[in-house]
Amino acid sequence: MLRFIVKRIFEAIPVLLIVATVSFFLMKMMPGGPFDKEKATTPEIKKAIEAQYGLNKPVFQQYLDYMGHLVRGDLGPSFKYAGWSVNELLASAFPVSLELGCYALAFALTVGMLAGIIASLRKNTASDYVPMSLATLGICLPTFVTGPLLILFFGIVLGWYNTSGWDFPSDRVLPSITLGLYYTAYISRLTRGGMLEILNQDFIRTARAKGASEWRVVWKHALRGSVLSVVSFLGPAVAGIITGSLVVESIFQIPGLGRFFVMAGFNRDYTMVMGTVLFFAALTIFANLVVDILQVWLNPKLRFE
Amino acid sequence: MTAEFPTVTQHTDQVEAGHSLWQDAWHRLRQNKMAVVGAVFVFLLALASFLAPFIAPHSYEQTNLAIGATPPSPAHWFGTDVLGRDLLSRILYGGRISLSVGLVATAVSVIIGVLYGSISGYIGGRLDVVMMRIVDILYSLPFIIFVILLMVIFGRNIILLFMAIGAVEWLDMARIVRGQVMSLKKQEFVEAAVALGLRKRRIILRHMIPNILGIVVIYSTLIVPSVMLLEAFLSFLGFGVQPPMSSWGTLINDGAKDMEEYPWLLIFPALFFSITLFSLNFLGDGLRDALDVRASKD
Amino acid sequence: MPLLEVNNLRTSFHTRHGIVRAVNDVSFSLEKGETLGIVGESGSGKSVTCYSLMRLIPQPPGKIEGGSAMFDGVDLLKASPEQLGSIRGKRISMIFQDPMTSLNPYMRISEQLIEPLLIHERIGRADALNRGIQILQEVGVPDAANRIRSYPHEFSGGMRQRVMIAMALITKPELLIADEPTTALDVTVQAQILDLVKKMQRELGMAVIWITHDLGVVAGFCQRVQVMYAGRIAERAATDELFAHTAHPYTRALQKSIPALQPKGKSLYTIGGMPPDLSQPIAGCPFVPRCEFAQEQCNQPVGLKSIGTNHDTACLRVQKGEVNLQQPEPEPAQKT
Repeated sequence: MLRFIVKRIFEAIPVLLIVATVSFFLMKMMPGGPFDKEKATTPEIKKAIEAQYGLNKPVFQQYLDYMGHLVRGDLGPSFKYAGWSVNELLASAFPVSLELGCYALAFALTVGMLAGIIASLRKNTASDYVPMSLATLGICLPTFVTGPLLILFFGIVLGWYNTSGWDFPSDRVLPSITLGLYYTAYISRLTRGGMLEILNQDFIRTARAKGASEWRVVWKHALRGSVLSVVSFLGPAVAGIITGSLVVESIFQIPGLGRFFVMAGFNRDYTMVMGTVLFFAALTIFANLVVDILQVWLNPKLRFE
Repeated sequence: MTAEFPTVTQHTDQVEAGHSLWQDAWHRLRQNKMAVVGAVFVFLLALASFLAPFIAPHSYEQTNLAIGATPPSPAHWFGTDVLGRDLLSRILYGGRISLSVGLVATAVSVIIGVLYGSISGYIGGRLDVVMMRIVDILYSLPFIIFVILLMVIFGRNIILLFMAIGAVEWLDMARIVRGQVMSLKKQEFVEAAVALGLRKRRIILRHMIPNILGIVVIYSTLIVPSVMLLEAFLSFLGFGVQPPMSSWGTLINDGAKDMEEYPWLLIFPALFFSITLFSLNFLGDGLRDALDVRASKD
Repeated sequence: MPLLEVNNLRTSFHTRHGIVRAVNDVSFSLEKGETLGIVGESGSGKSVTCYSLMRLIPQPPGKIEGGSAMFDGVDLLKASPEQLGSIRGKRISMIFQDPMTSLNPYMRISEQLIEPLLIHERIGRADALNRGIQILQEVGVPDAANRIRSYPHEFSGGMRQRVMIAMALITKPELLIADEPTTALDVTVQAQILDLVKKMQRELGMAVIWITHDLGVVAGFCQRVQVMYAGRIAERAATDELFAHTAHPYTRALQKSIPALQPKGKSLYTIGGMPPDLSQPIAGCPFVPRCEFAQEQCNQPVGLKSIGTNHDTACLRVQKGEVNLQQPEPEPAQKT
């Protein structure tokens, strides 16, 4: 197990380095610098600022500087928010996104799995068709459609929730549901499929032959196997939630990392964009590692490889 | 093993030997009502978008502040946007963008995926292991973040948009094609071809690709909606296509901004977009189920 | 009072291509402590019969069309889920053909093994575990105390089957139904498993129904044999009697097919043709298309009749005494 983790970390490092390098040179290729939009700068002041941020050095030198800082965990200063370093901005925005993401995932897992289990047990009845059709809907509809629609309906028409912001506990509801909707739908389908497949297996018949009640058969025997298919989806799900947060945070005006990233993109805040890209990449790699460990732990057949 | 439970199919198969796999699949597809409905919708929408220049009642870019933000009326079936542009026309033209990005980006995806998967699957060995590991790693990364990076850097170039989006979706296709190639490699007709002395390239092109075509087509229909979603996603955030040539994603974004006062600006584009996605998904699901017997579950 | 009395059991499967009559009017009884072998090829209905008793048939598409199965005053076919649940695993246990797929791969052996105890007896986990270890030792699993914590895939096929047997017998049932438990195992392991079941049967005094396609297995183990074909009983007798005075062409053909009994140098005997399509109604004897003795009269409906003490046959011509299957050469076939 330990070797597995170490091996994965070893794999991750070159990936991150490549991502950093590629992003760096891409950003350098961009026409226009971060300070082009600043009004009222004379060429001299612009030159001075650029010198201060090291932008007048040759590109390769800048790269080495950046990588040097990177290895020490320093992502550099933000070009947009003077006086703030990228690390500081990340630290302020990430907890918000983390909270949002966790709620979304929790919603997706509980509602999704429950719906999937019920649908599989009552196959081909209304309790199966209705949730599964809703699930198909959920998979097709993107967050930027459901988000505004949910705001329109629950925020404006019904007036139950604020249409934006993150100040009140109730502000968490609509964004979390919006972000989690797709994953709820997908997980419910996965769970249903997994359950149906397991319920067809011989060992379920054995459990019944032992006199186990249907309840016991489902919870003690069937569930363990069907959870596996959900767990393997969690890796891509985390990546997806990170991506989805870009839209959801923009729609709901949530001060999270996603929104910062989008704004940094518009502002051509070099370091902020790169820092966020790297952070996201590292986050996904870490999440995937956790998911893989989880999978090995849950599936006894994998444990002994 | 449930081998004891009797089946009748062993007898009926002998009788129905005349049906080819495709005919069977076609038959099954036709029976799937949702897939048929989906196909019809997709066709109609594609047709309407294609004919947009001929059937759009107004220009999509002509602004007219005098009639800015009017609700649906006989003159403007879907109302007008803040700048007085007819929404129906904009939606029709928007469809052109969205659908064409969908098709082209899917084509890009398919080409990359098929090539990558075929090579990896056919050559096998260490190359395959390395190539698939790369796919695994890429799969776990939030690609869209990188696409945005590209968009930020190189501007909203529509060609770049096609290629970048296509570059996100090829992973699944590569995996599936690889699986097919690997199982085909082991089959007898390939051994026969090798025995006849055909060169590897010829084998791949002339023998394997036709067999892979079926699966590629099916999964392509599932890639199209994903790609359209990606494009809309990017446009929504402001990284995609530039106005006035707006895709559905841009229209939805515009609509979302003003939805409190002018809800129709959100509802109509969202409706069209959603219906298109549904239809494509139902069609894709239907195709996949219809060819399930063949679809590799490896 | 027989332990189990099955009357007129009819089970069918409602498939897209028609209704398959897998079990067609089967009746038999079983005494306490008796060993009954049910023999037949795939599709004969031998397994479906026993699955029906335990109500383990998936109910769509399967359906128990009629009949009764009396076990200690309870009709298993009509019992409530609670009644059934209290009999299954406690008084009637079952072991299956493929121990790899029949054991839960995600659960430790310990958990699965003691589950019947936890379900049916008021017993603490610690006590249950001890009994589990005990019975594992009895069935011949070495180092039971440690290996009980393993997962199924860590065992070999033979060991897994022993675990299945332990799991089935841990509650000391009155009847054990064994569905081809040795078919998936090596020949040497087969013999060991057979001996194990024999031993446990002696100790527990339980009845056993042994389902197999292998007449040879039956010869060494079962007191009575029931041969099934196309969902019906073809012949039924005490084992010795069945072999000595075979009373159905199908049984004779099965015997002739045993490779070990065939003369060296000649090509192996196989029964020509294929089992009938059970979704089509069959007028008379289902074996007609493949039977060397078939005549026009065999196409009438024919039932199981006794031709001696505890010896029944469904062959019309044998019932009428027209055919004596003991002759070395068959009569010239008079096909219709």
